[in-house]
Amino acid sequence: MMSLAFISALPLLSILFQLVKKGYKQVSLRFFTDVAPDTMEAMMAKVNHEIIPGGIANGIVGTLIIVGVASLIAIPLGLICGIYLSETSKGKMAGIVRFVVDMLQGIPSIVLGVIAYIWIVKPVTSGFSALAGSVALSIMMLPSIVRSTEETLKMIPSTLKEAALSLGVPYYKTIFKVLLPTGMSGISTGIILGISRIAGETAPLMLTALGSSAINLDITQPSSAIPLLVWEFYNDPNLIDLIWGASLILLLIIFLLNLGAKAISKKWKVQY
Amino acid sequence: MMAIGIIATLIMGSIPTFKEFGFGFVYSSEWNPTEGRESYGALPFIIGTIVTSLLALALTFPFAFSIALFLGEYFKEGRMASILKSMIDLLAGIPSVVYGLWGFYTIKPIIVELGLNAQGFGIFTSSFVLAIMIIPYASSLSAEVINMVPSNLKEAAYSLGATRFEVVKNVIIPNAGSGIFAGFILAFGRAIGETMAVTMLIGNSNKIPTNLFDLGNTMASLIANQFGEAEGLKYTSLVAMGLLLFVITGILNLIGKMVMKKFTA
Repeated sequence: MMSLAFISALPLLSILFQLVKKGYKQVSLRFFTDVAPDTMEAMMAKVNHEIIPGGIANGIVGTLIIVGVASLIAIPLGLICGIYLSETSKGKMAGIVRFVVDMLQGIPSIVLGVIAYIWIVKPVTSGFSALAGSVALSIMMLPSIVRSTEETLKMIPSTLKEAALSLGVPYYKTIFKVLLPTGMSGISTGIILGISRIAGETAPLMLTALGSSAINLDITQPSSAIPLLVWEFYNDPNLIDLIWGASLILLLIIFLLNLGAKAISKKWKVQY
Repeated sequence: MMAIGIIATLIMGSIPTFKEFGFGFVYSSEWNPTEGRESYGALPFIIGTIVTSLLALALTFPFAFSIALFLGEYFKEGRMASILKSMIDLLAGIPSVVYGLWGFYTIKPIIVELGLNAQGFGIFTSSFVLAIMIIPYASSLSAEVINMVPSNLKEAAYSLGATRFEVVKNVIIPNAGSGIFAGFILAFGRAIGETMAVTMLIGNSNKIPTNLFDLGNTMASLIANQFGEAEGLKYTSLVAMGLLLFVITGILNLIGKMVMKKFTA
């Protein structure tokens, strides 16, 4: 009974949470055309007496690019690690890899930002860049992908694999054409959850992608991202009203991704 | 292929260390980044980090534990459980900047109202928001272990006439205790590394906080705030701080995992 009391306090908290935000946001959503091509300029600050024009397009594009590149890096790497781990159950190498993946998972996001800074910002691109941001984020995604790939593949009965092998299918083909498609639902879930986690990350991007006021397609240049925009708006007294709209969009994206992950895991689940 | 992963971790460890050795011992003292006579020490931030995370852990405990009990023991299936689970998932999915915003606009005024701090920032404010942020992490692991308590033990206790509370106290906790502990250790690690929400709420003062409602700073926020334009000695000390963070969270995670392993053995 005590537990019930405690627990109801919580949902209330989170509901209040959302009410407060939505309340503020209904106001701003109409005030800026959402994915507008207008970019944030400091001039916005001057147009203070009116509705602040502009949108968060540079953030949206930035997030898409950074997350996209991060996925390009993390997905192949993660898949390979996951496949390796699921195929080798013992052995020192597997133990080491698992250990490393676990370690990576626990690293605070800002430390990863520092690392990406050291690796990429200084030597490679001599300056802040979207690429550095992607690298940091890809490290964050990696454990999620590796673990879900490993778990999913482990759950596939070995009879499937053995049947393919006994029919003469080469090992690598077995993996790519038989096991992976079968495990697609679990694997995709891990990938999407990884994406949703990094979509909202700000700290590593502050040290790597830095933010920019233009829509930027070059990954060796600084780039904006939605969470970064929220942070920038927050710190600028003239732009601060925009934080609600931007956060709402961010939240929407994340929730949609989460819902998508759940839907996919149900829909693509192969019964065996 | 996986070797890449391993090398990644090693390199990561070594580069900051090199930077640190070039700078060495001015360590558990004061942070005085006045250009000119710079002396960097990490103590105020280590304290700030630990205090906020511990406080967050303490604040989270009743909630996370109740949720864990609820989901692991009393209502494992059913609508209530799924609603609760979805809510926890939502809590976990919210990006930390948004938590910071919420803390700024919702919690801060409350703190000001209660007269606890003139502007509403401070250790308590950030710990409070931090506590909410780590609820999902603390509760999910604990729920799993509570679930794993063998039911014949519980049923035996119930059949002997034990009340629910007694069953919790005398059967579930001893059994699942280390697992629950592991869950909280992992949540603690998460809290320590949390950057954005804390940065927005903690007041960013570089002194050792004197009471719970004072302003302070944490290692992560310091890095976030100052890394952008840091150079020379400041830069290396920030990197060293990153290393510290890495080591602390690494150890915490190790402990958590080891406890879990022993528990499920």
